[in-house]
Amino acid sequence: MDFTDTKEEATFRAEARAFLAANAEPKRGTFETWQSRYGDEGLKHAKAFQRKKAEAGFAALSWPNEWGGRALSPIYQVIYAQEETRYLVPRGYFEIGLGMCLPTMFTYGTEEQKRRYGPQALRGDEVWCQLFSEPGAGSDLAGLRTRAVRDGDDWVINGQKIWTSGAHWADMAILVTRSDPKVPKHKGLTFFFLSMKSPGIETRRIKQISGQSHFNEVYFTDLRIPDSQRLGAVGQGWGVAITTLMNERLTSGDYRGPDFDEVFALAKSVRLDGGAAIENPAVRERLADFYVKSQGVRWSRFRTMTALSRGETPGPENSIGKLVNAAKGQDLASFAMDLMDMGGMVMDPEWAPMRAAFQEALLSSPGSRIAAGTDEILRNIIAERVLGLPGDVRVDRELPFEELPTSKR
Amino acid sequence: MNFDFSPDQKALRDQARKFLADQASSTRVRRILDTDTPYDAELWRGMAEMGWTGTAIPEAYGGAGFGYLELCVLAEELGRCVAPAPFASTIYLATEALLQAGSEAQKKRWLPRVASGEAIGCFALAEGPEGPTSDALAARVAGGALSGTKAPVVDGDVADFAVVAARDGDRTSLYLVDLHARGVARTALKTVDPTRSVASITFANTPAELLGDSGAGWALVDRVLDRAAVLVAFEQIGGGQAALDMAREYALGRFAFGRPIASFQAIKHKLADMYVAVELARSNTYYGAWALSTDAPELPVAAAAARVSATEAYFHAAKENIQTHGGMGFTWEFDCHLHYRRAKLLGLMLGGLPRWKDRLISRIEARAEAAGAPDAAGRTAAVTA
Repeated sequence: MDFTDTKEEATFRAEARAFLAANAEPKRGTFETWQSRYGDEGLKHAKAFQRKKAEAGFAALSWPNEWGGRALSPIYQVIYAQEETRYLVPRGYFEIGLGMCLPTMFTYGTEEQKRRYGPQALRGDEVWCQLFSEPGAGSDLAGLRTRAVRDGDDWVINGQKIWTSGAHWADMAILVTRSDPKVPKHKGLTFFFLSMKSPGIETRRIKQISGQSHFNEVYFTDLRIPDSQRLGAVGQGWGVAITTLMNERLTSGDYRGPDFDEVFALAKSVRLDGGAAIENPAVRERLADFYVKSQGVRWSRFRTMTALSRGETPGPENSIGKLVNAAKGQDLASFAMDLMDMGGMVMDPEWAPMRAAFQEALLSSPGSRIAAGTDEILRNIIAERVLGLPGDVRVDRELPFEELPTSKR
Repeated sequence: MNFDFSPDQKALRDQARKFLADQASSTRVRRILDTDTPYDAELWRGMAEMGWTGTAIPEAYGGAGFGYLELCVLAEELGRCVAPAPFASTIYLATEALLQAGSEAQKKRWLPRVASGEAIGCFALAEGPEGPTSDALAARVAGGALSGTKAPVVDGDVADFAVVAARDGDRTSLYLVDLHARGVARTALKTVDPTRSVASITFANTPAELLGDSGAGWALVDRVLDRAAVLVAFEQIGGGQAALDMAREYALGRFAFGRPIASFQAIKHKLADMYVAVELARSNTYYGAWALSTDAPELPVAAAAARVSATEAYFHAAKENIQTHGGMGFTWEFDCHLHYRRAKLLGLMLGGLPRWKDRLISRIEARAEAAGAPDAAGRTAAVTA
């Protein structure tokens, strides 16, 4: 057992460190984000940074060499991410395109398409989004209803997507549609890519309970997509979507809200019953609980890194980190606010401890428990793919899609 | 990055699992459960013949001189099969106390006998149904003679020697006591887990040798408990994994409402939560193993985190294993209760959760103070370098 890098990993780490030192700015505070520094100018600055990252060869480490990647195993992505944590770097602009959309195109696209879109995405000149979820198809993605109807060399698309991160700034998108409602649900799907500037697309921001707007609704009215922009065969869209989602597992980011260090510091600085809150046994017990969860996730990640370092693929065991951290983030935020007593109500960053990071986390953490696999779906994944338990009894496998019962509205 | 056991250590694990499948099968464990026999002497002899009792004892004292990682590997397997043997008390506690504080003569006298399986040791700290504290110890040593009562002492009824925490005037020290000497009266106590034996030991002017420096007793208790906490945590994750495996197997084979109960989300999510608890505990425990095997300054924090995490995970897995089995899980006939009992016993034998959670936070506070840095959770140089 040791925590040292292999020779190759150490060389790469030094290279990544040098690149970041020369090109990225350190964070001014633990919770500073790209958006909080640059506001509406965020995308412009992100694109500039992405270009440098691509030129230095750090933009897509796992991509094949011919498309500007380095064909490296996922351990190098983890090393790069570790080095990045000290710096203010853009988040949420390019991950979906580079981590999910383009790898799907590399599997199903033509050589010409790969050549046209790969380098553009890598340099950040084109930003991609993923048009998957719908109001009636979230965890049950294959229940989606956006219709694709063949018309000559084109397909005509009508319907609605939701929870689309970055649709409001994206140039390109991947889209999964229902091309045949008369066959069972998984068999009637077809997959495309398209320009977000196409006529017939309307994007509306969604305001979250945190007050922020990371997601969009996207409406299609007689949107036309040429058949040449289909990825995979007609009716095989589910298989293509699975390719995309397999890549999501490697892309999903870490929890970035306040964690043990912050609640520990808070418990030392606020008073309870005349002493520091941390002297209170009930407070100490809760702190211990948070600590062992945080560290458990942290050391689990080192076990995953060990497997990656040996060239193994990360399995669904990795779902643990997200499942534990999302719920812990919510509980920790609520507990920290309790420590502030009545003051916990205040969310004004000029007034609240740590610039209201805990209050922000209270309002953003419900989303963490839902996005990229709800707590419930993750438990199913662990139960079925790790423990090998049977899937639920399904009533939707054989029936034609159009005969399935749907939500009452 | 290699946060895992080596191929040799994994081979040792496979060998241990094979040996224990035969020598510590459920049938064998039940022989101890169902009778007044305190432990499985045949199993204990076999473990000594395999060299397990001398794993971390240096060769100079008759041991194998392996490191602690090998001992961790064995502990996990012993936990998995709920082994009815005095391994934890002898090896993780009494032997560790000797290795940490013993004089050359003391080590020479006892360690070869431990390694060969001739001597069983125990650690006598508690004095009643409450957490022991240095000031409140009633056991006294005067002029090299120990008097007082220690209870409960795991394996105290069968041990050949004891490491005893006692007061000499206003000082707390550790003492080494030959339990075959005069003035030792032992009574076995009924325990929640009859596969392990526990005693009350009364000393009446029993000869006792100072172990370590006079007055250093409580610091040594802390050190020994930390080291044992990591090793017991491996028994706990072994047991937790075994309870999860049992629940999984039963859920797959048990049908209700026309389908295996393993296909109901109520059961699937229960098992997923057991898996998550055991995995987080495993990761914390691996870190404890790293700290123990490298004598890292992180050990006090790492050991407490492993202790808290593994204690909670094993008890969680053991109780939910019974729940998954339904009524059958509540019968003497099924093995679920072996883990339920052992989980609670292991969770108490080094002190209960409230104490360890408090210790954990105290140590994080001490570390933060020592570092003087805002990085309260601390980062080992090796990890962030």
